[in-house]
Amino acid sequence: MVAAIKEFCLGLHSLATGLAVTLEQFFRRPVTVHYPWEVLELPARYRGHIVLVRDEQTGRLRCIACKMCERICPSDCIVVEGAKLPGESRKSVTEFKLDFTKCSLCGLCVEVCPVDALAFSKRYNLASTRKADYESMDLCELAKAGDAK
Amino acid sequence: MSPGHPTDSSVSAAAPRETFVLNVGPQHPATHGVLRLKLTMDGEYVLHAEPVIGYAHRMHEKMGENRTYVQFLPNPSRIDYLSAMHYMHAYVCVVERALGIEVPPRAEYIRVITSELNRIASHLVWFGAFLLDLGAFTPLLYAFDDREKILDLLEAVTGSRLTYCYYRFGGLCNDVDEQFIEGTRAFVKHMRGRLGMYHKLVTENLILRKRLEGIGVISAELCRKYGATGPVLRGSGVPCDVRKLEPYSVYPEFEFDVPHFAEGDCMARYKVRMEEIAQSLRIIEQAIAKLPPGPVMAEKVPRVIKPPPGDYYFAVEAARGRFAIRLVSDGTEVPYRLKLRTPSFSNLALFGEAARGLLMQDALALLGSLDLVIPDVDR
Amino acid sequence: MILPEPYRLIAYLVGALAFVGLNAAYLVWLERKVAARFQRRPGPTEVGPAGLLQPIADGLKLLGKQFVVWPHADRVLFRLAPAFVLAPALMCLAVIPFGHALCARDFNLGLLLVFAFGSVNVLAILLGGWASRNKYSVIAAARVVSQNVAYEIPMLLVVTTLLLTAGTMNLRELVQQQAGGVWNWNLVKVWVNPLMPVLFLIFYVCMLAETNRAPFDMAEAESELVAGAFTEYAGMGFGLFFMAEYANIVVGASVATVLFLGGWHSPVGVMPGTFWFLVKLYALVFSVMWVRWTFPRTQFYRLLNLSWKLLIPAGLGALLFTALILKLR
Ligand code: SF4
Ligand code: SF4
Repeated sequence: MVAAIKEFCLGLHSLATGLAVTLEQFFRRPVTVHYPWEVLELPARYRGHIVLVRDEQTGRLRCIACKMCERICPSDCIVVEGAKLPGESRKSVTEFKLDFTKCSLCGLCVEVCPVDALAFSKRYNLASTRKADYESMDLCELAKAGDAK
Repeated sequence: MSPGHPTDSSVSAAAPRETFVLNVGPQHPATHGVLRLKLTMDGEYVLHAEPVIGYAHRMHEKMGENRTYVQFLPNPSRIDYLSAMHYMHAYVCVVERALGIEVPPRAEYIRVITSELNRIASHLVWFGAFLLDLGAFTPLLYAFDDREKILDLLEAVTGSRLTYCYYRFGGLCNDVDEQFIEGTRAFVKHMRGRLGMYHKLVTENLILRKRLEGIGVISAELCRKYGATGPVLRGSGVPCDVRKLEPYSVYPEFEFDVPHFAEGDCMARYKVRMEEIAQSLRIIEQAIAKLPPGPVMAEKVPRVIKPPPGDYYFAVEAARGRFAIRLVSDGTEVPYRLKLRTPSFSNLALFGEAARGLLMQDALALLGSLDLVIPDVDR
Repeated sequence: MILPEPYRLIAYLVGALAFVGLNAAYLVWLERKVAARFQRRPGPTEVGPAGLLQPIADGLKLLGKQFVVWPHADRVLFRLAPAFVLAPALMCLAVIPFGHALCARDFNLGLLLVFAFGSVNVLAILLGGWASRNKYSVIAAARVVSQNVAYEIPMLLVVTTLLLTAGTMNLRELVQQQAGGVWNWNLVKVWVNPLMPVLFLIFYVCMLAETNRAPFDMAEAESELVAGAFTEYAGMGFGLFFMAEYANIVVGASVATVLFLGGWHSPVGVMPGTFWFLVKLYALVFSVMWVRWTFPRTQFYRLLNLSWKLLIPAGLGALLFTALILKLR
């Protein structure tokens, strides 16, 4: 009997403590980041979809179309074509297509590239009503558009 | 005391009762994912429970047989997305064992830190979701607030928030910076305070205690029968933890306890996980204090991964229990067989037997206390 | 100012409908805001300033939806239930004195009427659950009936105990007895009956259970029974159940205010009247929300145990005790 009453009182006390905890939180500031109006900064290593990188000095795309990335990609979502420009020993990229609908953002392609020609973008709010928009993203075009901006 | 109820076997001679089948899921708020339960009910009592799985089957094992070792790297973190680091850990370690690669100590320490952070994050999700099952919504939001802090830390290091893909054969894909170390230290302090709050708000709560104590008792024998591991087994009083029993990585260098409670009820499993958060914080603190300088990538990693023919095995303690990979290599670039032993599958298996005779409400509490990730069951 | 009869009726109907409608709409808003604050979120913010137009947008959305009656449901009862659920709450409001003169019907058996109509709510949920022909709904309906039967008893016991000392069932007179400062409220009148705070606590718990609020929300129990008795309802059918839930909370909190918290009387002596009634009413409503966003749900059998093994004996004891002091005084 005594034990039961004691447990009952302890129980009531625990309920009151719970109420006190939530009330304390009630008067604190919300922690939500109000997304479309406030935007958090992305960390430097954020893995968005891949983009082609330009060489600082020459201003040309670094990619030498060696197809290493195409081979390592687990999802088969890269297609690279390259050609030797007249008078040059190395190849240059002519076409770089990414199927972003399949990409798992694993980053293996960026890691494997021997000349560091790939990087992650920080674009995350990608949306479209047409699948085709992301099924075959032309990264060469994207690099040009990026320069124009 | 939960009122007992005669189950199937004990009343076979009695007059047949009117029963009905209640289909819970695959879209049901309590199953957290695409799990389906066929419950044979007598009123509110569960006479028979049959989990139906396979709705999220993605053939990870078969995928392993079709791609090179490197190409499989993104997969482990997608089997159990809440426990991504542990799964990566098992996969890179089994390949390292096959290749005989020595991993530099700094990399191993960082692996431990990130793994334990991941364990806390996983337990926090479980904490929130479990209380949601029990009808308390607020703790979920508090837990996610804390988890967000972990995800921010891990995102800054790995570049992603859930499917990290951070470990590599022989080390890590990149080193951590001072900011991460500071952030983790601050987090450990913060989390200790929050744990106190959780205990005040939830653990000691009368209603919660009454809902969990003595409910859904699982005996150690039942765990053994179905191969249940992790917090489920430890909640049945067996101090079984891969980190202690088959030490891997640098875990032997840290002091931590394996929390276990003999009751075997939902409360025991609850307490095991809450205590594990505290233990993980302890490990992180020690690992940060001891973090050695040096490279994070082994030097002698072959460009093309071709493990010698053989049979390799590696187990880790994931957030939900023992996760193990058995790798059979035929000496080519592609694994011959990659068998995944996922903890959720075994933990779910005992549900049918443990739920028998419970009220539906208690059966769902039991289901929640098993901490299932359905893609991990189906893999 | 006392209005003559037909005008009074019209004024009541308009007033009560507007009050219930506004309350349902804005209590949802309040609940979302309060829940958000408890959980460190901002709550609705986008529709209108501080999300104030959100309930209107939600209402329009619900109105715009089809009221689906699935082929296996009992068509008549299925449609009838939502109407049944709101009507009793409206009836109850007729006798509640919001202010000295603000009472649709000054009725001698006011309290009896409130409890009589208050019980119809259960019937409506039972009908809704039964007519849905959904296993979850039927389970929820069965739960709600046994729950409400169990909690009606201690509630009535508490009220009877209170009436022993008050001696009237007229809600207006009940309030008038509590005039003259905080210490005259029934809640703190311990020299009349030392058990008053306990009575209030029992009444409060029963109110939570009767209105199916957390931690006793067996009718909905969203993580177990999907949406309980309302699983099959769509559009405004669901909306009406939702409105009724809030209307019932308002009625419950009003009765508590009248019985224990001195109705429209001001605790500090200034501005007596409807204002204070509403302050007390919404303070109670807030506490109901506070409880909901703090505690997990109880088990069903514990809920019944609480009533049959604790509240009813306690209520009976209080009744006997009070009768004894009254006799000995
Ligand atoms: S990130 Fe991974 S999946 Fe995406 S393109 Fe690169 S290698 Fe392929
Ligand atoms: S690996 Fe690098 S250089 Fe080779 S094709 Fe891909 S992007 Fe170009």
